[in-house]
Amino acid sequence: MFAIKEDRELAPNIKLLRIEAPRIVKKRQAGQFVIVRVHDHGERIPLTIADSDTENGTITIVVQGVGKTTKLLNRLTTGDQILDVVGPLGMPSEVKLFGTVVVIGGGVGTAIAYPTAVAMHQVGNRVISIVGAKTKEFVILEDEVRAASDELFVMTDDGSYGAHGFVTQKLQALIEGGTSINHVLAIGPIPMMKAVAEVTRPKGIPTIVSLNPIMVDGTGMCGGCRVLVGGETRFACVDGPEFDAHEVDFETLVQRNRQYRSQEMKALNRFEAAAEIDSDALKPCELQRKYSEVGPQHAP
Amino acid sequence: MAEKLSPKERTRIARQSMPEQPAAQRAHNFEEVNLGLSAAVAEKEAQRCLTCADPKCVHGCPVGVKIREVVDFVRQGEYLNAAAKLREDNVLPAVTGRVCPQEIQCEGACILSKRFAPLAIGHIERFVADYERSVGRVGLPKRARSTGKKVAIVGSGPAGLSCAGDLIQRGHDVTVFEALHEFGGVLVYGIPEFRLPKQIVKDEIENLRTMGIEFQTNVVIGKTVTVDELFSEEGYDAVLIATGAGLPRFLNVPGEHLGGVYSANEFLTRVNLLNAYDPLHYDSPVYDCRDRNVAVVGGGNTAMDAVRTSLRLGAKNAYLIYRRSEVEMPARREEVRHAKDEGVQFLMLHNPIEFVGNSDGELCGAKLAKMELGEPDESGRHSVAAIPDSEFVLPLDMAVVAIGTGANPLVQSSTPAIQTNKWGYIVVDEATFRTTKRGVFAGGDIVSGSATVILAMGAGRKAAKSIHEYLTTNVWEAETTLA
Ligand SMILES: Cc1cc2nc3c(=O)[nH]c(=O)nc-3n(C[C@H](O)[C@H](O)[C@H](O)COP(=O)(O)OP(=O)(O)OC[C@H]3O[C@@H](n4cnc5c(N)ncnc54)[C@H](O)[C@@H]3O)c2cc1C
Ligand SMILES: Cc1cc2nc3c(=O)[nH]c(=O)nc-3n(C[C@H](O)[C@H](O)[C@H](O)COP(=O)(O)OP(=O)(O)OC[C@H]3O[C@@H](n4cnc5c(N)ncnc54)[C@H](O)[C@@H]3O)c2cc1C
Ligand code: SF4
Ligand code: SF4
Ligand code: FES
Repeated sequence: MFAIKEDRELAPNIKLLRIEAPRIVKKRQAGQFVIVRVHDHGERIPLTIADSDTENGTITIVVQGVGKTTKLLNRLTTGDQILDVVGPLGMPSEVKLFGTVVVIGGGVGTAIAYPTAVAMHQVGNRVISIVGAKTKEFVILEDEVRAASDELFVMTDDGSYGAHGFVTQKLQALIEGGTSINHVLAIGPIPMMKAVAEVTRPKGIPTIVSLNPIMVDGTGMCGGCRVLVGGETRFACVDGPEFDAHEVDFETLVQRNRQYRSQEMKALNRFEAAAEIDSDALKPCELQRKYSEVGPQHAP
Repeated sequence: MAEKLSPKERTRIARQSMPEQPAAQRAHNFEEVNLGLSAAVAEKEAQRCLTCADPKCVHGCPVGVKIREVVDFVRQGEYLNAAAKLREDNVLPAVTGRVCPQEIQCEGACILSKRFAPLAIGHIERFVADYERSVGRVGLPKRARSTGKKVAIVGSGPAGLSCAGDLIQRGHDVTVFEALHEFGGVLVYGIPEFRLPKQIVKDEIENLRTMGIEFQTNVVIGKTVTVDELFSEEGYDAVLIATGAGLPRFLNVPGEHLGGVYSANEFLTRVNLLNAYDPLHYDSPVYDCRDRNVAVVGGGNTAMDAVRTSLRLGAKNAYLIYRRSEVEMPARREEVRHAKDEGVQFLMLHNPIEFVGNSDGELCGAKLAKMELGEPDESGRHSVAAIPDSEFVLPLDMAVVAIGTGANPLVQSSTPAIQTNKWGYIVVDEATFRTTKRGVFAGGDIVSGSATVILAMGAGRKAAKSIHEYLTTNVWEAETTLA
């Protein structure tokens, strides 16, 4: 069991959890993730290690509630336990002195890009960060990212905070304004990452994206996380999750991520209906108790 | 206790058959297919044994189970003695009795098979192990006085478990590290409930825990902790790598990235380890097979497990596509027969050359080529080639690729001192299971490539012997006979 030491709401539906995991803290590097299974009947989902605290033996994850498991995670509070946390998984980000590095985070992608921004800054790069969000209230980790950057730009879709527009507009402006950029890291929704790749491609600026395929084991055993990069099959959990943006087949990724949409919607609807009736039942310990009463059933 | 019969009378008894759930019923549930022999039937089958002076069956068993003695005890109704005899060579008898390919091992070598049906050794073994479990009198061996030495076992499949079991008896402290959230390796994530109930594996793990072995889930060696750190930071004196051959192979044909195309590992893991067959109670999804057309590509046990699982999930048509003919299929004969009885449609001498998808990127069919066998080569294996212009499209909603697995590089790549061969498997000294790194041993599928449960167990036990020797002598011959 892995105890939650702190929970903090960063934005509507986005929560930060600090989890005790001393073994993982010692090893983790920027760009790596953990796989979490909240309770006995839960699924395994990957979440990036956004930060860690060696002294307290905790790792930090930032979770956006998009479906049943992430919404359940976001209901947990300090003192709750998570059944399984395994990691650190995946290859660490390539961190070295590139010169000027632009780090782009869209939505919860900001939390995923943040540790790499910190590492890039630490080794002496000039870090320019561009953080994008729908509206002002969805801008997360602004102070943290600022502290790791030489320059920070915030973009909102509606202009309610920072500048009005998309992160790609700012990136384009930087390029056109003559900023010489040696390396770009872009993490966010797939359309955003694809758009960034198209902005940097004509200039040949090396660009890295972090892919989010559906994962199961996270150790290279199932092949479910396979992505097409440069026409080759790669397993994102062991070969990635970061890949060369100009080589990634985003279309296939989008299609593969849609595979369980109808099942996911059903699960979420059942979950939310239950949440209305009985919010206690959504704590994993309660869930486990209920399951053990009902017992597993075989499919008809 | 049954009276002693003359050899002639023995051979007149027909091989006793295993009671099974009716095919039409079991094709729709995950309960075990084979129901097990009753004591009376097991004794009757035991009567058939000729109690050979030189029992060929024992040579056929990779770990040399003393089959004749075990069978003797069964014939005399002394089941617990039979179990104890069995456990001398085989620490997971309830598992092997169910999943060993007996027809090419013990039963294949049994003298009876020359003129009659071989003795049903697997079924007797299963009976003995189940009897022992059912009376709750599993004879656990005692632990020797503590040596103060610590051994780390990486991977909790049959190789790791059997090695751990032997080492704890010899007085060493043993910790098993497992990357997944459950112990058992392929026994829990691969082989389905209808062939090997999970409870059996759980009970065996509990037995090992009782003996004093420490078990840790969620530790990926090479990531969470490296092999070097096991020695330097965690104070282990020896390490066994028993990580299996879990890396799935794909066909590398167009369309393999479509939604609805799985590796067997993923499909079986979702269903077995994550209980996706029960969506009302478990969160992990799996493709909804109900009333759909499903095909599994391959001819081994894994393919058989996957295709029969798809039937149980409600598939309307469940096809097994194999590029050679049925006699060449490496699967256990019993599984082939069970699959057919349950309604799996065998498409032998067919090979997928492309997966076809719709505009949403979902699978809708497979383009298959018909194959023909050529002349056999030196090893007796036929070459196989596509028949020109024989392609056609088989409409499908889901496909599972079960054409084998390779070595997972996680441990090796983080420990360069451990030498691997050109396929990525760990190189060991054949006699001692030593790797090229001092204190590190390896055994099971990660050394041999995908093999069998009993071979993995045998390797684990031999490695245990060698580890014990190393821990007591502290001698590591560097110039071993490594290839
Ligand atoms: C390497 C990696 C790092 C990630 N880091 C973060 C992070 O730091 N914070 C964060 O909020 N999210 C992160 N994600 C995404 C997160 O894993 C998914 O949002 C989560 O799995 C959704 O599960 P759900 O049950 O809540 O939603 P569902 O309703 O099940 O699914 C919603 C969508 O999430 C995706 N998804 C579903 N199941 C999985 C799965 N097992 N593995 C991966 N994706 C899945 C699918 O695209 C699906 O359409 C990361 C993903 C990857 C691959
Ligand atoms: C579907 C299927 C059906 C089969 N049916 C049969 C059958 O009927 N009869 C038969 O005899 N054989 C069968 N086999 C083959 C048999 O299961 C294997 O040969 C056997 O399990 C190998 O044992 P092992 O201990 O070497 O490895 P595995 O059983 O593969 O166990 C390895 C374990 O190590 C863990 N691991 C891997 N990497 C790490 C790491 N870095 N850190 C920590 N842990 C790690 C894995 O998660 C796994 O739990 C089947 C195989 C499959 C896949
Ligand atoms: S372990 Fe396997 S091969 Fe050996 S006797 Fe038992 S069933 Fe036969
Ligand atoms: S070879 Fe067959 S008949 Fe002879 S001892 Fe073994 S099981 Fe019995
Ligand atoms: S998640 Fe299973 S191989 Fe990557």
